[in-house]
Amino acid sequence: MRVADLVTASVLLLVGGVVVFDAVGIGIGWGTDGPKSGFFPFWLGMLLIAACALILGQAARRVDAKPFVRREQLGPVLKVLWPAVALVVLTLSLGLYVSAALYTGFYMRWIGRHSWLAVLAVAVLFPLATFFIFEKWFLVPMPKGPLEAWLGQ
Amino acid sequence: MGIENLLLGFHIAITPYNLFVAVIGITLGTIIGVLPGLGGANGVAILLPLTFTMPPTSAIILLTSLYWGALFGGAITSILFNIPGEPWSVATTFDGYPLARQGKGGQALTAAFTSSFVGALFSIVLITFFAPLLAEIALKFGPPEFFAIQLLTFSSFVGLGGGNPLKSLVSILLGFILAAVGLDIVTGQLRMTFGFVDLMKGFDFIVAVIGLFGIGEILLSVEEGLSFKGVRTGMNLRVVLDTWRILPRYARTFVRGSFIGFWMGFKPGGATPASFMSYAFAKRFSRHPERFGKGELEGVVAPETAAHAAGVAAMLPMLTLGIPGSPTAAVMLGGLIIWGLQPGPLLFKEKPEFVWGLIASMYTGNVIGVLMVLAFVPLFAAILRIPFAILTPVIVVVCAVGSYAVHNNMIDIWYMVIFGVVGYVFKKLDYPLAPLVLALVLGDLAENALRQSLIMSQGSLAIFVARPISGAITAVAILFFALPVLTPWWRRLRGVPAVRRPAREV
Repeated sequence: MRVADLVTASVLLLVGGVVVFDAVGIGIGWGTDGPKSGFFPFWLGMLLIAACALILGQAARRVDAKPFVRREQLGPVLKVLWPAVALVVLTLSLGLYVSAALYTGFYMRWIGRHSWLAVLAVAVLFPLATFFIFEKWFLVPMPKGPLEAWLGQ
Repeated sequence: MGIENLLLGFHIAITPYNLFVAVIGITLGTIIGVLPGLGGANGVAILLPLTFTMPPTSAIILLTSLYWGALFGGAITSILFNIPGEPWSVATTFDGYPLARQGKGGQALTAAFTSSFVGALFSIVLITFFAPLLAEIALKFGPPEFFAIQLLTFSSFVGLGGGNPLKSLVSILLGFILAAVGLDIVTGQLRMTFGFVDLMKGFDFIVAVIGLFGIGEILLSVEEGLSFKGVRTGMNLRVVLDTWRILPRYARTFVRGSFIGFWMGFKPGGATPASFMSYAFAKRFSRHPERFGKGELEGVVAPETAAHAAGVAAMLPMLTLGIPGSPTAAVMLGGLIIWGLQPGPLLFKEKPEFVWGLIASMYTGNVIGVLMVLAFVPLFAAILRIPFAILTPVIVVVCAVGSYAVHNNMIDIWYMVIFGVVGYVFKKLDYPLAPLVLALVLGDLAENALRQSLIMSQGSLAIFVARPISGAITAVAILFFALPVLTPWWRRLRGVPAVRRPAREV
């Protein structure tokens, strides 16, 4: 926990530095008609740096053997995370509906070990329902791929 | 004049279309509240893009109904499954689950829903009377006053939020920084884009909410190794009527819970501490404090009344001042801006049909809500019997769809994943997420208020203390900011050892 705390605070401290750097670049003083664009971000960044430095100080003084995440906890988290990333990557080429079908089916089979029938049913019906609700009912278009093009949607 | 306006509101709220919208909202909200991965704020954010084409009044009725539903739904999971579906229903598990284990689940659920309804009604009545008054006062506010109120909002997260005040501060600053990324509409200058075209549009709060609360929450719940082992509902009309006969005994708890809820709720930080405080008070004043935690009905009544009263009260500052009291209210405020409404006291003058339609719909929504959950509890509880391996991908896909729908932009789905990981890390390290979201929504408004104030004063910060109203508010805000430093010092002065405050939840 302590290491994670130190790392997070350091990263945020760097973020504060970047913000201040950018703000100084566009001007932090008084322009022709009020404060310049960098005025507000500059002080936000400065405060962020100060707060993170204090957090770093707190964390460094603390003794804490509890790990941020245990190995057996990290497994399930990654098992949710990487398929979700795969879903986004697939959406780029296949469109959202096909990717959602593949992703749902894969996850059900891999984690839940559901029967192929159940996998097939959910993986087809769920994206189909999403399609009708969003695309047809609320007229919100989702990214589409070759399948939808082939079907003439 | 108040009654007339309310009647006007009811005319709008009870049109068949708006009633239908309320029923849909409550159904979806209850489902969202039951599912541990999805919360009120997140559900409202996912649904927001679907309301862009709706009339604003119906849109806000849909979203608020969803919020009521989520408040009701949280109680179901806490009582039957011992899993708090929402942070403010943690206290409900203390006595709700033991009751359900003893076969009194129906009793506990009836008590929970009825208490929620009573708490909500109390807050709605207060809103009906206070909102116009508060809006009237707020009409006289200028930019310095608004900035002072913003300061007060965020100072209360730091000073009263519990947890590490520095981390609350970091969350707030990060929210404001994210809000500042992109085009500065006042000067037309690009900020913090570093040459990336995608960053020009900035970060949308909807995507942030979906990522932080949706994806982050799923990651957290799989880490804890969720398994749903539910108790049967045992709900029927007899149980409901019998429970209603007992409930008047807890009249004091109802009143106390309502007041605590309203008081905590209209300031930010709201529902969760209110529910714990109400539970603690009920236990302290009970004649049988030893029964608490083992299945005392009063232990369900107290937190539920307060949580719902607080949840409703969070709408008061959102409506009258344009400053949300909770992340969910913050998302709704963002919705208002997207629908082309200017949040703040002028709303009462310029769009009375919107404001009063919304207030009237709080009455109708909660009546419909309590009847629906009482009637359909077994159905809603059945949702949790859906295997986890199906729920997870479905929730992730729904979150992705919601993020994409905001701007029809792929980058937003990536942001959602990143915000999800950030939410997971922040939650584990005790960085509160609610102030981050509030700051992200309010960022531009706060900066404009600050700028205009400084222009009025030719750059002198003295303007915030020189004007009487903003001076008083600023003073309280500074006190709140200083509270974490003052409290240990004060304790030492009185010879009381400094104690760690209980951990906070979003």
